Amino acid sequence: MTAGTPVIELREASKFFGHVVALERVSMSVRPGEVVCLLGDNGAGKSTLIKLLSGVFHPDEGSLWVDGSLARFGSPRDAVAAGIATVYQDLALFPLMTISRNFIVGTEPARGRGMLAAIRFREADTLVRQNLLEIGIEVRDTSDLVGTLSGGERQTLAIARAEHIGARLLILDEPTSALGVKEAAIVLRNVLRARAKGLAIVFITHNVHHAYAVGDRFLFLSRGRVLGVYDRDALTVDEMTRLMGGGAELEDLTNELEQLRRQGESDGRGAAGNGGGGTDVAGGGGAVRGAMGTDAGGSAARAQE
Amino acid sequence: MTGRSTVVRRVMVRPEAGAILGALLLWTIFAYLGGGNGFLTVAGTAGILEVAAQIGIVGTTVALLMIAGQYDLSVGSTVGATGMVLALGLSEFHLQVWAAVMLALTLGLGVGLVNGLLVIKTGLPSFIVTLASFYVLRGGTIAVTRAMTGLTVVGGLDEYTKNDPFAMLFMARFGDFRVAIVWWLLLAAASAYVLHRTRMGNWIFATGGNASAARMVGVPTNRVLVVLFMLTAFSAALLAVLQVLAFNGADALRGQQKEFEAITAAVIGGTLLTGGYGTAIGPIFGALTLAIVQLGIFFAGIDTDWYKVMVGSLLLLAVGFNESIRRLAMRVRR
Repeated sequence: MTAGTPVIELREASKFFGHVVALERVSMSVRPGEVVCLLGDNGAGKSTLIKLLSGVFHPDEGSLWVDGSLARFGSPRDAVAAGIATVYQDLALFPLMTISRNFIVGTEPARGRGMLAAIRFREADTLVRQNLLEIGIEVRDTSDLVGTLSGGERQTLAIARAEHIGARLLILDEPTSALGVKEAAIVLRNVLRARAKGLAIVFITHNVHHAYAVGDRFLFLSRGRVLGVYDRDALTVDEMTRLMGGGAELEDLTNELEQLRRQGESDGRGAAGNGGGGTDVAGGGGAVRGAMGTDAGGSAARAQE
Repeated sequence: MTGRSTVVRRVMVRPEAGAILGALLLWTIFAYLGGGNGFLTVAGTAGILEVAAQIGIVGTTVALLMIAGQYDLSVGSTVGATGMVLALGLSEFHLQVWAAVMLALTLGLGVGLVNGLLVIKTGLPSFIVTLASFYVLRGGTIAVTRAMTGLTVVGGLDEYTKNDPFAMLFMARFGDFRVAIVWWLLLAAASAYVLHRTRMGNWIFATGGNASAARMVGVPTNRVLVVLFMLTAFSAALLAVLQVLAFNGADALRGQQKEFEAITAAVIGGTLLTGGYGTAIGPIFGALTLAIVQLGIFFAGIDTDWYKVMVGSLLLLAVGFNESIRRLAMRVRR
């Protein structure tokens, strides 16, 4: 399943906004027929990563590779031309345009080239009908406005369109987050269908269950860094949930809090005259404990130094 | 939903439906009120079409720009500036008519290019950018004209344009009908073709409907906007050429309020103020509506001071009506 050259690959890519490090040395790759799930909390750098892949941003450091060769997208249009299609959450469609026109924006089938080329509307309509049929949406009329479709229908239309545009790599940004269970299932089924067709897919989500349902590999981001990349059989949903929350960092925080709690208890006992444990604890450990304890303990620790 | 009501609905939810109905209704009313005074004569009709052309030439392109989500408040000043360049080119520099016309049209394109580049490079609202050019162009036109001629009006151009075949393209008359009407309809037809048939048209809708989404799917939104700003300014220059050659002179103040008339015609014609929705046919009827009211009031014997009161009321009515139509079109159908 994961054989072959990656459709897209980032190597040690970093992106900075002024002093803010949005992404730091992130490496990832997606092969044909593979669903890579991108997971992470808000602010983890998921959006920035998508924008690197889709040509909105350039990596400030590191490199982008398409089909095994070094690439540099001048604009999203270059990415589209390279077969990379992105479905942005809530941003993908034009509610006041017809279903047909929505479907073909940016890739209008036309006679000739350039701005003034006439769109082949008949071809567009056939195309839209075929795609919608395949994806399981039934529309009366492709000249209805997209604003008249339900949320799930819109998302599915957006995916169908991206598939049509890109057909090689689909980047799906939170495609299920605003949907009910039934409509989310339609979307997930379509992700698997696209995967079976041999498309490479980057699936961004908050929802570990949705990710686990479709993902082959899982990349966890936290504060702009990769926490880890895991194959499907190396993970359970519980472990994913843990990693989602920031993984190791969350663990550190939990340990620290636990230590503080115990500390509070033993400090109470210490004040009552208890000598404490072994000698090594009374040494360096004591200073740390003091610094993390009450103000009095803190100043005592500083006084010792 | 029955077949019949579906057809009715389909017609009614067209963005230009309101403008066509409104124009017909107003025409009927004024035909009744002013029919005896010449509203229904050939000359009256030619007058309506002439006024509609004056508004519609700019209204058509401004509508395209509004559908792409932007405004051009500088078209009126551009009419004044390019008209004056044409007049001065003839009277002061004794250019050939074709050369002076080309100069005016090129200046128009240049104004649009600057407006467009300023908007996309600065990211400022086009409302502000073109408001600035509105002042700069008008003030500059008055200052330069006065410096060169001592006046702000240049007249007596017929000695340069008489019997010039190129000038006839803009001066010809067919009975009571001026050639400006033909230019207007040609421009409107070209706009309709571009907006509804071509790739550019799809990009215009997409840019106005959701600019960031449009960029994401590869629509060159900046190029679309620059081209449209050039088009609005070009149409202003075309109107200026028609006016200067037809009236044998230029006035530095020509074209005042054209920016508002153009927006009014576009809005009455079903163009959504926030972009992304509208047609090229609507503004034709928007311009006709304004012309019917303007001449209708005159023929009905109503004090023409009331013209602007009626236009304002119509504008409000049209916006309300179009908004409800849009909501109907957007209603989720199951």
